[in-house]
Amino acid sequence: MLDKTGIAKRIAKEIKEGYYVNLGIGIPTLVANYIPKNMSVVLQSENGLLGMGPFPFEGEENPDLINAGKQTITTVDGSAFFDSAMSFGMIRARKVDLTILGAMEVSENGDIANWKIPGKMVKGMGGAMDLVASAKNIIVAMQHVNKEGESKLLTQCSLPLTGVSCVKKIVTELAVLDVTPQGFLLLERAPGISVEQIKNSTQGHLIIEGDIPEMAID
Amino acid sequence: MNKTVSNADEAIKDIKDNMTLMLGGFGLCGIPENCIEALVKKGVKGLTCIANNAGVDDFGIGLMLKKHQVKKMISSYVGENAEFERQLLSGELEVELIPQGTLATRCLATGYGMPVIYTPAGVGTEVAIGKEVRKFMVDGAEKEFLMEYAFDADFALVKAAKGDTHGNLIFKETARNFNPMMAMAGKTTIAEVEELVPAGELNPDHIHVPGIYVHRIFQGVNYEKRIEQRTVRKKII
Repeated sequence: MLDKTGIAKRIAKEIKEGYYVNLGIGIPTLVANYIPKNMSVVLQSENGLLGMGPFPFEGEENPDLINAGKQTITTVDGSAFFDSAMSFGMIRARKVDLTILGAMEVSENGDIANWKIPGKMVKGMGGAMDLVASAKNIIVAMQHVNKEGESKLLTQCSLPLTGVSCVKKIVTELAVLDVTPQGFLLLERAPGISVEQIKNSTQGHLIIEGDIPEMAID
Repeated sequence: MNKTVSNADEAIKDIKDNMTLMLGGFGLCGIPENCIEALVKKGVKGLTCIANNAGVDDFGIGLMLKKHQVKKMISSYVGENAEFERQLLSGELEVELIPQGTLATRCLATGYGMPVIYTPAGVGTEVAIGKEVRKFMVDGAEKEFLMEYAFDADFALVKAAKGDTHGNLIFKETARNFNPMMAMAGKTTIAEVEELVPAGELNPDHIHVPGIYVHRIFQGVNYEKRIEQRTVRKKII
């Protein structure tokens, strides 16, 4: 089974040279730590920055320089600032190559729910609806099952949707899956996890073709 | 063309109860601190505030919420404020949550003189309820878009790093965020700046918002610029 770091490391392998990438809050933020140093990748922060760098050194925090999670950050060589309208303009115009975000539920047709739980305080969708509605490629980092052991990969989402038919790939603590027109296609197993365990943890339609390899994570 | 006023109190003097205001900023970054303080002092009530966030309990729009000055928030994310949550659950406060890109682009539409925008954000979700959906061809495939209206705000309150007496504005780093498009969208736009200079001192090539959109400008004081999430890394020596 993968921990959060493991999920982040596995997702990092999906990032390619020259990509512009938007990372959501939570596990997706960790992905930045595992992008190979020699790979040229530009991180987009939807509050108005291309070229997000690491956290500043202590004492060098700048209140005018934050990411979409409101954390203090830095720039890198080649960074550019812009306003929120242009930021979502480049997202809507599909200039961002890859969007990585978290989810509470994903359905077998690629619907995603990640912003609202009825009966609980609703904080808002932020930029998530804009991102999922327009992204060329969306990878979701999520837990395969909830605390009660119930599947979060479903035939149909039970929670209010963030977007429809948009998720392309899912990385969980148990598996890597593609979302295809036929359902969840199992690609890889997490170390020590059997196909049977993944089957039992997936409520939506799961497609298993041939031998499923174990993930390679360094 | 001198748009300078002496301070925030003078700038906001004709903001009245039940008006609709736009407030720039993302989280606590780039918020019009001086104008918010002046609004709290003035005590205007029943305000509808269009702002990406609602501040924290003791800073930003949170200060206005504490004084029960806000009737309605139109925002994309409001999760950092306990008093906000209390007022929302008690029914004192109304909130309309809209996708962040939709919020930004509806402001932009106002400033560009366009009545509506079409965006795919929210298609197939509860955000789409009651809205006109139209299909357009995108990259060779039909895609659904929601029609969203431009905003109508009495005042826009924005914060810039630099400005001149003509109202030309320059922003700094990610403190730019919603400020430019809100500056363009207010019926009356008030800009507070960290540094106000005479017309002619700013390079015209560097202006982010031309002064035609700005009606009043003043040099702000005592900026706190509070950091919401202080994240750092250790220096390896």
